[in-house]
Amino acid sequence: MTTDKIIRVSIWVYLGIFFAYLLGPLIIMSVTAFNSPSFPRMTPWECLTFNWFGELFRDERILNGIWNSILVGFGTVILSVSMGLAGALMLTQIWPKLRATYYTIIIAPILIPGVVIGISTLVFWDRINRMLGLGADSFLSNGLFLTIIGQSTFIASYCMLVLVARLQRYDMALTEAALDLGATHAQAFRKVLMPFMMPAILSASVLAFLASFENYNTTTFTFGEYPTLTIELAQKVRYGITPAISALAFMIVALTVFFALVNEANIKRKKMIAEARKDATVGELAGKIEVPGLVSRNPAAIALIVLVIGVATVTASAMTYSPDQCIADVQEQKRLETEKRIQELRDRRAKDAAEKAAAEGAEGGASQSAPKPSNNSGFGGVFAPNTLQNEAEGATDEGGAGSSNNSGFGNVFDPNAIGNDSN
Amino acid sequence: MSAGVGVDLENLWIRFGDFVAVRDANVHIKGGDFFSFLGPSGCGKTTILRAVSGFLEPSEGNVLIGGNNMKGIGPNKRPTALIFQNLALFPLMKVWENITFSMEIAGASARDRRKRADELLDMIALPGQGDKLPSELSGGQRQRVAIARALCAEPDVLLLDEPLSALDLKLRQHMRTELREIQKRVGITFIYITHDQGEALTMSDDIAVMRAGVIDQIADGKTIYNDPATAFAASFVGENNVFRGKVLEVRGDQALIRTNRSGDLLSRISTANQGKMNVGDDAMMFIRPEALSLAPTGTQGDHFVTAKVNHEEFEGNSFNIFMEGDGGKELKVAIPNHGQSFDDHSGQDMTLEYDVNNAVAVPAGELAAE
Ligand SMILES: Nc1ncnc2c1ncn2[C@@H]1O[C@H](COP(=O)(O)OP(=O)(O)OP(=O)(O)O)[C@@H](O)[C@H]1O
Ligand SMILES: [Mg+2]
Repeated sequence: MTTDKIIRVSIWVYLGIFFAYLLGPLIIMSVTAFNSPSFPRMTPWECLTFNWFGELFRDERILNGIWNSILVGFGTVILSVSMGLAGALMLTQIWPKLRATYYTIIIAPILIPGVVIGISTLVFWDRINRMLGLGADSFLSNGLFLTIIGQSTFIASYCMLVLVARLQRYDMALTEAALDLGATHAQAFRKVLMPFMMPAILSASVLAFLASFENYNTTTFTFGEYPTLTIELAQKVRYGITPAISALAFMIVALTVFFALVNEANIKRKKMIAEARKDATVGELAGKIEVPGLVSRNPAAIALIVLVIGVATVTASAMTYSPDQCIADVQEQKRLETEKRIQELRDRRAKDAAEKAAAEGAEGGASQSAPKPSNNSGFGGVFAPNTLQNEAEGATDEGGAGSSNNSGFGNVFDPNAIGNDSN
Repeated sequence: MSAGVGVDLENLWIRFGDFVAVRDANVHIKGGDFFSFLGPSGCGKTTILRAVSGFLEPSEGNVLIGGNNMKGIGPNKRPTALIFQNLALFPLMKVWENITFSMEIAGASARDRRKRADELLDMIALPGQGDKLPSELSGGQRQRVAIARALCAEPDVLLLDEPLSALDLKLRQHMRTELREIQKRVGITFIYITHDQGEALTMSDDIAVMRAGVIDQIADGKTIYNDPATAFAASFVGENNVFRGKVLEVRGDQALIRTNRSGDLLSRISTANQGKMNVGDDAMMFIRPEALSLAPTGTQGDHFVTAKVNHEEFEGNSFNIFMEGDGGKELKVAIPNHGQSFDDHSGQDMTLEYDVNNAVAVPAGELAAE
């Protein structure tokens, strides 16, 4: 009984740790996108802000990178899905004895490091370019072309794996039946095989797009004039990281969750429709079947609706909400704090000075008994305020400049550090 | 009546590598006939059908449809429609789309297709089921949809590859009559493949009995049943008792055979083998269980068989007696049930009598596996 309980608890603990490990970084990064300090951090929480999204969309290079990534993504999807489909069809047609060898060859690009693929793509097409006597600005040395070609060499293999799995469940007799009923090979392909393959083609396309979008290793050699998002991010991070990147990450996470939910809801919906059809009478089928509660029994659809509503309200409030007041408040508070500290220091200095004066007054009598320590404390009394003063002045400068400077980078580092720096 | 389109196979050979799947088949199928290929699993029936429909090029010989040589003509250009062994309905299309696929290929409008689908659905007794998916139908319904899909293409020849094999017995028997009726109604040539002799006998005008790539006999069902050409045909079609032996004497169309176990027995020589059986040849003699009747025990003669009874059973319409037979096989006798009393004879000797015309002698040959 108790060991049972322990096992159950430890499974939950394990799951908790596992998901924290898996999702923790994403969640934290997403949260930092909404915090106002210009270094991405979750604590201390300062102000809710949507400005980093604005910042992101004002960044020409990021926007350009996204656009290039999308172009490359679509090119790669088209090229690698068609190559993957051709490869998969070939696998089913090929002489059985050659099949294993063929499979190995066609899977090999997955095992080759992306860097190698990138370099070899570059070298190979450069050779061809020269052989054809074309200049450096020819189509064959175009960054888009090279990136699409380079990425497709291995993404096509992924696609083929997905497509082969579906194709293995295809009954070749269906193609024969279509031919027998008068279809040409092209018609049989289009009307029978393609519809059957469509789900796999869609998942292969999504897979290919995502693989292309996140690719860095290969792209870094081939991008030429067309840096993709990953390239731009890598270059940007070299000069320091801002919450604008968190904002981008958050959007990617949100989109991923959105599409995952759409997919899940759709699968569930289809299943429910199929069930409803099975129970439906002929009469119901003749008319359109209405399936009430199609949403109510579909948790993914509910989650989807919640997500959409959430995003809509956040966006709507982002339109009206302005963090300026809050940021101003925070700065005001910081200023006050700084002032308070300066005041404290001043007080302490004054107090120290008073003590010193009092001590000097008493020095005459006490000089013989304990000259060293008192002298020491005297030194301390003289020098310490000065150091503190310096520090305080730095802080004051910082605080004074803060009102204009802060939003730029004032909050990136500790105010004190900046103060020292500027000193 | 314009008797449909005939099909001829001329010296047809089909090889897969060294393996001969069809060996020198010569078949003439009359237009408008219901013709069956009957044979055990793996004998090459599907292979022949694929050669007729155009999925396989013959290694040698010709396929003629309506007198035209089909060499080099693809399956989509032949006036045939094939009903596949596993039906091969398009799983993602609704029933009506399945049925009218050939019209879609021909470019017919959705309205015309719908209309034609409804007509055909009425014909196959599935009215109003057009909007279902094939997976939502029962086995028998799917069967009928496959037939409707093939008929919709308006073929001159309909080819059916064991279309009833997946159905249960009741439905199979029902579909037999239905298929036969459909064939009569549309009046086109049906070429039907089966390993079930009951199906072949009840539906066909003519039957070709096949064994391991070879066609043993082509005739109508009655001839094949009563007058088999080979030992295989005799043993494959219906139940039969075999007596092995050697020809002792040929008397016109009859032969006296010295059997291994049951003495000298007289039998009719099957039509296909008359004049071909000589004294001393190995021979086989077949007598159907229902052609044997009881005789006074111990009676001697060239149409009496005496053997020991192993066991007996009551089958409703007949009493079946199983006796010690030739080559380890039991000798089966079926006595029609007329309400007579019937004693247990297990362990005793019994004597059976037959009419010489109901016994057929053929040259010794391969028997069908049980
Ligand atoms: N593509 C092929 N390659 C090699 N051998 C084949 C091929 N197709 C069929 N065969 C062989 O030819 C023989 C006949 O096959 P076929 O499919 O015609 O049998 P069948 O009579 O239809 O049997 P069943 O009743 O089981 O369907 C079998 O031994 C089979 O192994
Ligand atoms: Mg077959």
